[in-house]
This record gives sequence, C-alpha cells and structure tokens, in this order.
Amino acid sequence: MTATRTIEVALSTTGIGSDGRPQRTLLGADGLMTAPPGMEPELAGENMLINIGPQHPATHGVLRLVLELDGETVVRCIPHVGYLHCGFEKIGEYRQYNQIIPWTDREDYLNSMGNNVSFVLGAERLFGIDITPRCTVLRVIAMELSRIISHLVWMGTTCIDIGAFTPFLWSFQERENVYKLLEGWTGARLTTTGTRVGGMIADVPEGWTEGLRGFLDRFPKTLDECDRMLTRNAIWVGRTVGLGVMTPNEALNYGLSGPLLRASGVDYDVRKDFPYLDYETYDFEVPVGTNGDVYDRYLVRIEELRQSVRILEQALKRLPDGPVNVDDPRLILPPKHKATSEMESMIHHFKLVMEGPRPPIGEVYVPTESPKGEKGYYFVSDGTSKPVRWRIRPPSYVNLSAISKMAEGHLLSDVIAINASIDIVMGEIDR
Amino acid sequence: MSTHVQRDPAAPLFAIVHAGQPGDLPSTPKHVPHRGGAANPSVEALRARFGAAILRHEVLWGDTTVFVDRTKVGEVCAWLQSDATQSYEYLSDVTAVEYRDHVRPIEVVWHIRSIRFRRFLRLKAEIPKDGKTPLEVPSVWPVWKGADWLERECYDMFGIRFVGHPDLRRILLWEQYKEGFPLRKDFPMRGRFSRSEQLKNALAADPEARYSIEEIGVADAYGDLPVDIRKRLAGGEKVGE
Repeated sequence: MTATRTIEVALSTTGIGSDGRPQRTLLGADGLMTAPPGMEPELAGENMLINIGPQHPATHGVLRLVLELDGETVVRCIPHVGYLHCGFEKIGEYRQYNQIIPWTDREDYLNSMGNNVSFVLGAERLFGIDITPRCTVLRVIAMELSRIISHLVWMGTTCIDIGAFTPFLWSFQERENVYKLLEGWTGARLTTTGTRVGGMIADVPEGWTEGLRGFLDRFPKTLDECDRMLTRNAIWVGRTVGLGVMTPNEALNYGLSGPLLRASGVDYDVRKDFPYLDYETYDFEVPVGTNGDVYDRYLVRIEELRQSVRILEQALKRLPDGPVNVDDPRLILPPKHKATSEMESMIHHFKLVMEGPRPPIGEVYVPTESPKGEKGYYFVSDGTSKPVRWRIRPPSYVNLSAISKMAEGHLLSDVIAINASIDIVMGEIDR
Repeated sequence: MSTHVQRDPAAPLFAIVHAGQPGDLPSTPKHVPHRGGAANPSVEALRARFGAAILRHEVLWGDTTVFVDRTKVGEVCAWLQSDATQSYEYLSDVTAVEYRDHVRPIEVVWHIRSIRFRRFLRLKAEIPKDGKTPLEVPSVWPVWKGADWLERECYDMFGIRFVGHPDLRRILLWEQYKEGFPLRKDFPMRGRFSRSEQLKNALAADPEARYSIEEIGVADAYGDLPVDIRKRLAGGEKVGE
C-alpha cells in the first residue's frame, strides 16, 4: 500500500561535479524514489537492524521495537514487551475481590475508572447480584469519561508523534477538566479505585452534575477545533492515509478490537453486541471506517468522542435518585457511624473486611468496550474470598501483536505513526 | 466513513444475523442464574459433528463452557471458525487455570466469539496433573493469528506448550528467566529465588543482549553478543524450564 504524500522531494548524490562539490540530482520527478543503478553497490541487499526503545518518547512507554530495514523501508518489525511486567494476575490470587480494584487502576491507567467498572461488572456476575439504577447510570458516566480521557491522550500524543503540537495542548487541557471531575468524585485523578463490588466508592458530590454539564457544553467546541485542525490538514492526511492497513478479515483474524477493528470496517462494538449497563437503551452510533488505515482510526476515535458526549448527555438527563450501593450485607459495609456505635454492625464490618465476601463456585468472563477495545475480566472462583484465577483480557496487547503485520513495507518514520494509531498503554500490555 | 445504529442486513460479509426477530437487538443480561439456562446452540452442532471429542458442557452464569478432548482442539476450532453455521471468527482470549486443588487438572481456556451470530463460547481442555502427561495442547494459531501472543503468554506463565505455534518463547518475562512459570500454584508469590539472588541476576543481565535467536539470524549481530550468551546459543540450551 503506497501512501499519498503531499511533499515528495528526494535528493541523491551521484558523484563529485567538475566544481569539486557533490553533484545532486532530484529524484522522484516521476513519483519513483529508486536510486540510479550502480549507485553505492556495496549497500545493496544488506539489511540494517535498528532498535527503538524501550525508553523512547515515541513508543508510548517501555515498548521496544527491533526493526530490520532495507534502506528506510521496514522489512520486519519485532516488538518486545514485558519491561513493565508486575504480575497483577498473580497478586490478584492473594487478594479479596475489592482489594484487587486498585490494581485495575494501574494497568490501563488512562482508563482507570473504566477498568474499575469493568472489573466489578465481572465480579458482580460472579456474586450473582444486580446493581441499583442510579449506580448503573453513574457507571456509564464513569466509563464514558474514561473513554474521553483515553481518546484525548491518544489524540494529543499522536499529534506530537506526527509533528503537530497545538492539538496536544488543547486535548490535554480538556483531559485535565475531566480529571478535575473525577478527582471531585473519587479523590484521585488517575488511580481512582472508584467502584466496589455492589456499588461505588461514593455517590457524586453536591454540584458535580453541574460541573459535568459545563464540561459537556465546552468540550464539543474543543473537539471541533481539533477536528478543523487535523481532519483536512494536508500534513496530517499525508502522514496517516494508507498506513498500516488491515482488511476486515485480517483485523478479525488478528484479534483486533475497538477503534482498530472498526476502522477496518468491522461493525463490532461490545456496547452494541453484548451490552452491559443498559447501553442498549442509549441512543448512540458506532463509527465504522472503510480503509483500515491510520487516518480511519483517527476518524473513528474522534467520532467516538462525540458519541461519548451524546451518551453522557443522556445519562445526565436520566440519572435517577436512590441508593448507589445494593442492599446486600454480604457485600456492603455498614455505615461508619453504626460500625463505631453498634456491636452487630462492628462485627459485620470486621468480618467483611477480614474475611471478605465469598462468591459461589463458578467462573465468568464479562467483556466491556474499553477505549482500546474489548477488555474482559475472567474470574474463576472456588468459593473462597479470593479468586483462583483472575485474568485480564488486554485489548492493546492483542492489538499490538499485529504491529509486525501493519508496519511491514512502510518507512521507518511511518512506524511511529502506526504504533501511535494502535493506542497502546504498556501498563495494560505488561500487567 | 459511515455511522449507523442499526446493522445493515444486506451487508454481505459481517452483517449481524441475530437469531430472533429483525431489529431484536441484544440487551443487558439481568438476573442471570448461577447454573442452567439455555445452552449455546453450537454445543449440539459440535456434538453432532465431533461426537466423543466433546466431553461435556455446562452453562454457568449464562455462558456455555464446552470441554473438548485436548488432542482435538485444533480441529474443533478450525471447524467453528470456518463453518458458515458457526462462524466463530473472533478469538477473545487464550489462558489457563490451575486450581488450588492438587488433583484437579489444569484447564486451558479459549474464549471465542461469533460476531455474526452474537454468540460466546468457552472451550476448555483439561490436562491432568499426574506428572506424566505433557503440558501440551494444539495451537490455534493456524486458525486465528491473534492467538500468537496470547499463547506465548500462556506458555510464559503456565509452561503449557502449544504444539504448532511458530515461535513459542517467553514474552513478558525475559528468555533467560530461570525461576519457572509464575502463575502455577507451586510458584510462591515472591518468586523462587531469594531477593539477593534476584537482584544479583538482574544486575548481571545485559539488557542490550536481549535479541532473540531469530533477530540474531537476520542481523548477523551474533558477534556482538557477550561471550556467555554466545556460548549458550551455540550449545542450543533450553532456558526457562
């Protein structure tokens, strides 16, 4: 797949001229960038191995790419992961269900609230409980806010990679506004730990919904500005169109999910196809690309941001009153004032904290649509308060495994754009 | 670039053919029973096609689990993926489960999904922990390329070999990792080696030498490697066992 370039000028040294200076000719007048035959014959057929990372700003974390280059063209791309491996899944086997939630913040740290919600959705299926209507809507708000954060960071960092600085500042400013909202709700910006099995850490504070309302009024304007800045920008288009193309069949076969899969033209969104949190009752659309290249992935993500705003507006409108936590003493701690004044509540509190809630024997896999793709949590319980197995299905891990396929045949500088388009978070990949 | 809410039923390749009335979109599952409920219709089709290779099935929290003879996993998956009435074109996950019970077999788990029919199926293969049975199952990489890294991770963490995988080596841990397989239940949470030994190993490791054998082949960088690594590679030593 060849890219359409806006500027294509290549100079080549063909020898020393009569004036003693290097003689240069302009190549590519016919659109071809082949060197004249016989030039530098000793270089022909010899591939170079180049190492990018693990500490390189354009690899979005500690990803290491080993590239085999023929000139500047990538012959082979071998990714190396694991530099951030912490053994979350092993640690989870030694923790009660609520105690695992902080670990979910730290895997895909751009989507921490979304991970918290995905985690408890799985755990609640395992415990066999249904959450309250207010909690359902609050969780939808949490998930869509996380999606906005994640896509904004994606847009900002990809712009930096490709050479645009302004949208980076705009998107990071808006991201900060979302973080302020999350901080007001959970007390933390990134490591929110905002959910509990059976409910949330807390209801939203007084005046919080007005803050969200204000954000939803301002945010689409910023989005339109970024849209105007990028979508028809000749440099942006030139550096993204035709790169890293995956056909629908390839995308499915490689297990891609999320915006990557949809950019390839496969109409699959977990929120529509395997709904959770009553997503089927919200009116939103799933953007689907046609070409499966980096540009389409950008288009899909920017449209998803708009759809998230739509979902948030509907969620704000329908946010019902009522309790946030389920009324189930097996899971939910008694109120603090009761735990410090009544013997029964204190014993209840003590037993819940020390022993932990026990789910019945069984296993669940609940997928959710994270900003990166299908994120699923798989739990296996043997009836004790700690899972036998806790497994994260990491979307960007599977997406990244296709980078060898995507990068083949492209230029070295395009690998950076392709890598950025996958939207990886190494915390999630290495876990 | 197009946006739409309803699936287009005329779209030939990836149209959703939902088993129900037209426009009957799926909804959030509520009050899911612990056991029982309607099994995935693919179970019957699998039994009709593979007979004794399908050992048993159960419906747990609304999802269907099918236990498959571990030697037949490759054929079963290939059929599920390619058959037009099944169309499991998407592999969600490959992982394994080891129970705290010493006798209970290790299970290898495949989560597969039919986007066309909106179905979800969990396949399981059991490997007994008798010390004689090799930890081996067929690789599904020929069926779904997405299995590549998932199987490598499963090998890395559990030591399960996926026969037919083109490049089965450690992925999250480094290739010289010698402590074993971390997600096995006999692996202590702090690792097999003492802290001082772990630190010594970490300091002695040369991160620049982390080229795989395959990369060394393409680069002729063999000569640049430290002497001990060169010796190890030349001797064909197996690591991480």
